[in-house]
Amino acid sequence: MVGTALFFLFAGFAIMCAISMVYHKNPLYSAISLVGVFISLSCIYVTLAAPFIAAVQILIYAGAIMVLVVFVIMLLNLDDDRPLNRLRYLYAIGGGLGVVLLAQTLFVFYAVLRAPNQPVDPNTSAGKTLTIGQAMYTEYLLPVEIVGVLLMMAIIGSVMLARRLSQPQLELVVEREEELRGEDD
Amino acid sequence: MEPNLASYLALSGILFTIGCVGVIFKRNAIGMFMCIELMLNAVNLTFVAFSRYYADTTGQLFVFMVMAVAACEAAVGLGIIISFFRNSQSVDVDDASLMKN
Amino acid sequence: MEFESILKTAFPFIVISIGVLMGFQIVLMIVAYTVLGERKLLGWMQGRIGPNRVGPWGVLQPFADLLKFILKEDIVPDKSTKFVYFLAPLVALTCALMPIVVYPFGPAITTVDWSFLPYGLGEGVRALPLTIAKIDVGVLFVFGITSVGVYGIALAGWSSNSKYSLMGGLRSSAQMISYELAMGASVIGVVMLAGTLDLNGIIYAQQQSTFRWFIIPQFIGFFVFLISAFAETNRTPFDLPEAETELVAGFHTEYSALKFALFFMAEYVNMFTVSMMCTVLFLGGWYVPGLSHIFEVGSIPYAVVSHVAFIGKICAFLVLYIWVRGTLPRFRFDQLMNFGWKFLLPVALANVIFTIIVVFFVNR
Repeated sequence: MVGTALFFLFAGFAIMCAISMVYHKNPLYSAISLVGVFISLSCIYVTLAAPFIAAVQILIYAGAIMVLVVFVIMLLNLDDDRPLNRLRYLYAIGGGLGVVLLAQTLFVFYAVLRAPNQPVDPNTSAGKTLTIGQAMYTEYLLPVEIVGVLLMMAIIGSVMLARRLSQPQLELVVEREEELRGEDD
Repeated sequence: MEPNLASYLALSGILFTIGCVGVIFKRNAIGMFMCIELMLNAVNLTFVAFSRYYADTTGQLFVFMVMAVAACEAAVGLGIIISFFRNSQSVDVDDASLMKN
Repeated sequence: MEFESILKTAFPFIVISIGVLMGFQIVLMIVAYTVLGERKLLGWMQGRIGPNRVGPWGVLQPFADLLKFILKEDIVPDKSTKFVYFLAPLVALTCALMPIVVYPFGPAITTVDWSFLPYGLGEGVRALPLTIAKIDVGVLFVFGITSVGVYGIALAGWSSNSKYSLMGGLRSSAQMISYELAMGASVIGVVMLAGTLDLNGIIYAQQQSTFRWFIIPQFIGFFVFLISAFAETNRTPFDLPEAETELVAGFHTEYSALKFALFFMAEYVNMFTVSMMCTVLFLGGWYVPGLSHIFEVGSIPYAVVSHVAFIGKICAFLVLYIWVRGTLPRFRFDQLMNFGWKFLLPVALANVIFTIIVVFFVNR
């Protein structure tokens, strides 16, 4: 009973926030709505007995990524989104895609509903922090290492993208590039 | 009716659809980025739901990986958006047409 | 029969509601008196008396302040973004109050026999935990919720449509993102030593460790945590988001009356939360060494003394906050960023690596 109520509460909130995210033209309103989606999804994870993933969801998505997005929106002081006046055919493409995806969802819903009901093990250890940690550092060590390297690359890449060269440095870079171009010819 | 696997998959599908349609409707690079995050989250929900109903940790580890990739995407993507804004005073993807023709 | 079954279903919710009320009451009363204590202590440090008019020695001052906040006129700027403007203080206070549910207020009471309760409600109840919610990932929960609290400040700065507010909001989000990293990295050492993310579990792990308190093996982590805690709560010397001399009042320049009171309360509850984290992670939480020889573990006096010790440790940290505010001047913004990224974060990471090596060799 309580589980059903919680699911429909959070699912409804998530869908409402998602629609409001797409609907709003102002990027900051979209960002706030997206945070709402993340938080309600995290609540759903708690009801799915995955407290670690729920906490990490709030910590990474709501606490880090979206704060960064809000920061960028505030920094650039963006105005409202432009309407799709030049590209009207995109409405058709978007609508068609939406209908196809919803049909697929309905099909999956129907298929899973008809399948025999999967019983849930109430004492599962799958969501425990200890289980996740053990799996992460034994069975899935290589993927974790690769993700670490990926994060490192992302840090270096974003620093390179965001740097501002001073005038002498810039001249040096331009000179060097011209030299290289001369060698190519 | 207790929520079962099908209800979580349906929620995930609806969120994914909204995100997918949003990517096409938004003209704003940051808006598109947020819609992609929404799609990633919808996929995460299926992972966690399957991990719950099959009592397997692998799904939750996948969610962890997806989150790490999303964080990388945020760092690099926002860096690109900022440097694009510096050059063209706009984050509209229609303005990113320097290579056209 | 009907009444009995309803009561049995509702009983856990009633108990949790009472727990929530009591926990919030304790925290909010202490927070209210922290404000008075801050004004008194700062007054003494600066050779003044401080508030002394309302009640004997000014002890009723918090209630007078509250009354003033409620009765003042609520001014909303004409050009503000209304919805976000109203949302921001709510977000700030909600995120500040939510961590209270995982506070380890004291050890579980296990020696009381609950069978005296009517309708057999006490059957099978063995322990009364002094924590509202039993969450496996308490540390992550507290960090997650406090990091969501940044939205309150950032949105307040953006929606007020004032350049001082916007500057304050931008500064605060940049500062909080930067120092959260150092804070998180400083906690990893403790989590590795304790082997759990549960706050009560960390306290039990400290009781069984060699040094009793994690501050001794983790003193580098402790100092990094303390410094970043000052930055996270926007306190002097890192109070750039609300620097009076530069930004009027920072992100809450345009807020008045009760909405300002919400921000004000959120700031002090956040101070309480980071002090609680400091106490639990490094100073043994409610654990008093040697107390188990005097009282039986799990009895009511043991729990009461432990609870008082817990609150006392937190209050010591709150006094430290006020003391630092009375002593140190404010950083410049580039100094703040350099300090966070180029000193605090490397030191915290070095501490993590050092702890990994030590734990590896000790556990072998």
